[in-house]
Amino acid sequence: MESPPTHATPVDFETDPSRYRHWRVSYDGPIATLAMAVDPEGGLRSGYELKLNSYDLGVDIELADVVRRMRFEHPEVRVVVLTSGLDNVFCAGANIHMLAASTHAWKVNFCKFTNETRCEIEDAEAYSGQVYIAAVNGPCAGGGYELALACREIYLQDDGSSAVSLPEVPLLGVLPGTGGLTRLVDKRKVRRDRADIFSTTAEGIRGKKAVEWRLVDGVYPRSRFREAIAGRSAALAAELARALPAAERRGIHLGPLLPELSAGRRRYRHVELSWDDNARLARLTIHGPTAEDVALLGRGAEAAHAAGDQLWALRAFRELDDAILHLRVNLPGVGVVLVRAVGDAAQALAHDHALTELRGDWFINEVIRHMARALRRVDLSSRTFFALGDAGTAFVGALFELALAADRFYALDDEDAPVQVGLSPLNFGALPMTHGVTRLRAHLHGEPEQLSRLGEAAQLLSVGDADEAGLVTVRLDGIDWDDDTRVAIEERLSLSPDALSGMEANLRFPGAENEDSKIFARLSAWQNWIFIRPNATGAHGALTLYGKPERPHFDWNRV
Amino acid sequence: MLSNNVDLNAKIPNNVGLADDPKLLRALEKWLPSYLEWWHDMGPTDFEDKPVYLRTAVSVENDGWAHYEHVRMPDYRWGIFLNPREQASTIRCGDDAGKPAWSEVPGEHRNALRRIIVTQADTEPASVEQQRLLGHIAPSLYDMRNLFQVNVEEGRHLWAMVYLLHKYFGRDGRDEADALLERRSGDPDKPRILGAFNQPCDHWLSFFAFTMFTDRDGKYQLAALSQSGFDPLARSTEFMLTEEAHHLFVGETGLDRIIKRSAELQRLDPNGDVRNQGGIDFDLIQRTINYWFTYSLDLFGGEISSNAADFFATGLKGRYREDRLPEHRALDQSYRLPVVDGGRLVERDVPLRNAMNEVLRDSYITDCERALRKWNRTLEEAGSPTRLSLPSRRFHRHQGIYADHRFNPEGELVSQSAWDRDHGRWLLRPEDNDYLLSIMKPVYEPGKFANWIAPPNKGIEGQPVEFEYVKLHD
Ligand SMILES: [Fe+2]
Ligand SMILES: [Fe+2]
Repeated sequence: MESPPTHATPVDFETDPSRYRHWRVSYDGPIATLAMAVDPEGGLRSGYELKLNSYDLGVDIELADVVRRMRFEHPEVRVVVLTSGLDNVFCAGANIHMLAASTHAWKVNFCKFTNETRCEIEDAEAYSGQVYIAAVNGPCAGGGYELALACREIYLQDDGSSAVSLPEVPLLGVLPGTGGLTRLVDKRKVRRDRADIFSTTAEGIRGKKAVEWRLVDGVYPRSRFREAIAGRSAALAAELARALPAAERRGIHLGPLLPELSAGRRRYRHVELSWDDNARLARLTIHGPTAEDVALLGRGAEAAHAAGDQLWALRAFRELDDAILHLRVNLPGVGVVLVRAVGDAAQALAHDHALTELRGDWFINEVIRHMARALRRVDLSSRTFFALGDAGTAFVGALFELALAADRFYALDDEDAPVQVGLSPLNFGALPMTHGVTRLRAHLHGEPEQLSRLGEAAQLLSVGDADEAGLVTVRLDGIDWDDDTRVAIEERLSLSPDALSGMEANLRFPGAENEDSKIFARLSAWQNWIFIRPNATGAHGALTLYGKPERPHFDWNRV
Repeated sequence: MLSNNVDLNAKIPNNVGLADDPKLLRALEKWLPSYLEWWHDMGPTDFEDKPVYLRTAVSVENDGWAHYEHVRMPDYRWGIFLNPREQASTIRCGDDAGKPAWSEVPGEHRNALRRIIVTQADTEPASVEQQRLLGHIAPSLYDMRNLFQVNVEEGRHLWAMVYLLHKYFGRDGRDEADALLERRSGDPDKPRILGAFNQPCDHWLSFFAFTMFTDRDGKYQLAALSQSGFDPLARSTEFMLTEEAHHLFVGETGLDRIIKRSAELQRLDPNGDVRNQGGIDFDLIQRTINYWFTYSLDLFGGEISSNAADFFATGLKGRYREDRLPEHRALDQSYRLPVVDGGRLVERDVPLRNAMNEVLRDSYITDCERALRKWNRTLEEAGSPTRLSLPSRRFHRHQGIYADHRFNPEGELVSQSAWDRDHGRWLLRPEDNDYLLSIMKPVYEPGKFANWIAPPNKGIEGQPVEFEYVKLHD
């Protein structure tokens, strides 16, 4: 039964180092070591043991926290060595018993979150000069190798038995869906015929052959492994330090968000999420920056550092991120989310200008990159988003991205309650979508002349002008607003949720694919299809029967 | 290249038609020099030029599998034999039980079979490496000969497995055959695959315990593989079992002779102090049993294992004497075993197929218990009040469901602090080695035995005990 576990213990996506059960992080100047040592008893749900460094969502929530804090709290770190804290294994991948016992929705959400975390690792390398290298000091299977693939370099211990492998197809009848197949051929450029052999050989490949096939970047004997990794990370750290401005980087602390919880409501400082399970409807409201927030940025980077995690742009988007994750995993019954960005349009525009002024500063750069990731989380959520630009709203700049991320943008055009929307410097490249383009470009994919008319000019627009510019889906006056939006919502709620998830995911990303978007589109879509096929999850499917005495029976017809 | 059948059979005795299989012959001839080089580097090198009274298998006929003569070990004829079968073989267990056995490797099981064979094969040279220096402290020529007999036969077992790899597994098989000669017991960089085969074996107490307990694991693994649906593997391992029996004999009787001698020394000493008489005290013998028995238990693999279930279900590996069991599918049956849950031991039922490692371990433990009864009879006959025992299968484990917890030899859960306090009473200590090495001086005179071990009841192949089993001065 795939009944929504709305009332099961909600998953909490917030954690901090004092609560980690599965990871040990140590710091040595520009080099950090991140050791995976999963507590077998520490599963998020009962009914499975996390043996051999296998992971579930809880383990990955901690990893995501490590990766985020590394950027904000430890900007001095250039190289992160990802390794195992256990003697006999690097990582055995996602816990199979957890997967086999999970609902389809849980599997999908789990894979999506783990994919986002691996993309964050690559994002840290690309935009923060924080490079991950995998020190594979034991057998590395499935999701374990996919985790290594997210690192820039992979080194494997050569001890005659440690191998890298993707055993999903031959052992479980599913895919290495956490980016494995994509990164193999796109990122590491493993020849596709060799990738075919590798992905069907359960025991994997070790030693020199793993290097020859580009599955890893080097192998070292066990006795020299630590030393070789230390040498490589020191060289890499030195190289990266040369490329980065030598300014002293002192991290800021990410404190807890501590939302106020009540029935059907999570209230953060700037964000509020409320929902009605029966109506299958949620409201997501984000409060824009105030004059004080703008003034603070006006005082420069030092002042922004001092504000730290209380900076509006960081705090509001952390709250948004947490709200979206809560919605995805804990509120599966909610089908439509009504998004409102409220506040003062002029302040929102001034805020984005001030933020952009400071973007040469490492911290402000991190804040903007973080905003981009939170917005990508919205793009990748399987919920209908309707942005409602009614009285009091100010979809401007970074907040206008929410309107662009939404499936539809309803805007009120009423003289008695004038609404402004607007574009800021942040709309023209700082907050790209998963497939690498701006939401503005994706939105106007078929209207290049509209796009060029907008140029890169920051501006506030009336709803009428915004509509002319192609930025509003439906422009309504005060008389029609209530009725028309109500009807649109009711109609939306009557449609098949599966068809909507698929439709939205296909319409949100006009333009060319890239490696990341292939992971979330092609790879995930195939994986999610395979997950519901009897050959994987039926009574005789390979995933169902893994670890059980019976062997799988396949329906041999190709579909 | 060897010119004809007769020459070839003299060099590599076989019943697998090697002379008619030029491709395979070429592959094996390429491997042979590396093998000899390995033997020269890692075998009992210092005794290479000494003629040893060895048994050689020259054919599978009744009179052919045990041909005795004095030979120098590098000249030993390592042969390749498959046990003959009277009727067509069948798959003996799992979903396809009763169907014809495979004479070629089925594609879907290729990787699993290769892994099974490589894992078995890796143990054969490993033990030779572990034992390579023991000749220098041999308690008698009789024992030295037994050591070398075990060594050359482990070498032949390696040949038997390498034959399968070369014949049936193509390039991968050849690569694996090469890798078997590259790994080294106890080497941190290229260790042997299984734990017990990387433990040091520096003296004869360990050697006898190894051949008693660790070779006995080998016997049960070979017995399970002799039930395989892959016919060449089944027949090859079946033949290996005939040789393995001698290794177990060496271990079991070796320990029995030490126990007998220690009981004599106990009686002889006014205070019953065996060490005072230069012997091996029972406490140390018990700790040796505890150590090697438990390391050997690890070799059977996890108590609850999906690999074990797969191997059984696909007919790759059966139970001990599967062919004599009434039922071969083992579905819808369960196996009850104690597991640790919330800090206590509770009984749990697991599907029988997933418990196949444990089923094989049961057969092994029953066999070990028999040997313990025999040794205790020896003690009784010698008038000693001491009795030896096997520790619980949960004690001192490094693999499986008990590995993460501490148990005493009785199998009861104990705290980490209790373990830290007591494990020195239960297991071998570094100073044990010092003592054992201090009493193990070589005895090379025919018919003479070291003080710490009793002579055997009889010699080898009808020869007297004082026969010159190894000619050290030729
Ligand atoms: Fe053997
Ligand atoms: Fe043996």
